[in-house]
Amino acid sequence: MTSVPLPHDQSLPADWRDLLALTKPRVMSLVVFTGLCGLLAAPGPVHPVLGFTAVLCIALAAGAAGALNQWYEADLDAKMKRTANRPLPAGRMSRQTALHFGVGLGVFSVILMDLAANHLAAAVLAISILFYVLVYTVWLKRRTAQNIVIGGAAGAFPPLIGWAAVTGDVTMLPILLFAIIFLWTPPHFWALSLFVRSDYAAAGIPMLPVVAGLDNTRRQVFLYSLPMAGAAIAPWPLGLAGPIYGVSAAILSFVFVVLAGRVLTNRTTEPSAMAAEKHLFAYSIFYLFALFTALVADRWIA
Amino acid sequence: MPLPDDELIRGRQRGRARVTVLLLGAFVVLLFFITIAQASRNW
Repeated sequence: MTSVPLPHDQSLPADWRDLLALTKPRVMSLVVFTGLCGLLAAPGPVHPVLGFTAVLCIALAAGAAGALNQWYEADLDAKMKRTANRPLPAGRMSRQTALHFGVGLGVFSVILMDLAANHLAAAVLAISILFYVLVYTVWLKRRTAQNIVIGGAAGAFPPLIGWAAVTGDVTMLPILLFAIIFLWTPPHFWALSLFVRSDYAAAGIPMLPVVAGLDNTRRQVFLYSLPMAGAAIAPWPLGLAGPIYGVSAAILSFVFVVLAGRVLTNRTTEPSAMAAEKHLFAYSIFYLFALFTALVADRWIA
Repeated sequence: MPLPDDELIRGRQRGRARVTVLLLGAFVVLLFFITIAQASRNW
């Protein structure tokens, strides 16, 4: 077989590893986990193949949203140390490739969800992608310090989608799960943005510590942790979850509020000395994993 | 900017073609199992 010579204006195609990196696999893990927990906490039998496909669709949709986010924010990513080596700012991929990949993956995930689960789950999945890309990335992120608050809703959809994939409806418990992640997002991201604020400032992103100062951000972190704790414990007194979840949620939320209290009283301006903020950020990830694990344990053991 | 040489382009294309084949294969298998699962749910 003879090979056809390549045209000289052909640019280097993107490596598949860079396409994978475009989906932000590390961020995806928490999204997939909360989606899986929503699915496992829902009443009714879950067919393993359909359950697997629903979680796969949530992962693919998260990947699509991540790819479209990087497509839109390539200029910002180039200005931040943390993100400068991503495929687009590093020049390893064209923006058009990222756009086509993101849109294709998103459409595919919604169609597959509709095929495997139901229209409601597919519709909420589509809304979550559009919300993350259009409302958070395009509209809010560069314009307001409240970007994380409203944008946090995008990350709160997965348990709702998992639940809807099993039951075909949305009741009080999945709405509370949505509320927990929605209220968890601001303290989680603001704790991070406190010790990487110079990166955000360099990129011109109006994150709260850049716009409103450190003390104000610390106050907001603590204030948001209170309704978050309330939403986390609420399923127990409302009779939507049992004592395994209730006791776990109470203990985990108490520790969260204590750590947020330490952030509130911290006065340092030096990122290297922000141990309280770093502890809260690390604990917030553990908190969400542990809380949702407790919910599934409560449903399956009780 | 220097043009990438043909060998590098061919290598990238080969890598992507392999991954595409694997993913398409996995998708066909998944679609088969989804059809079986949907059918058994409606029995």
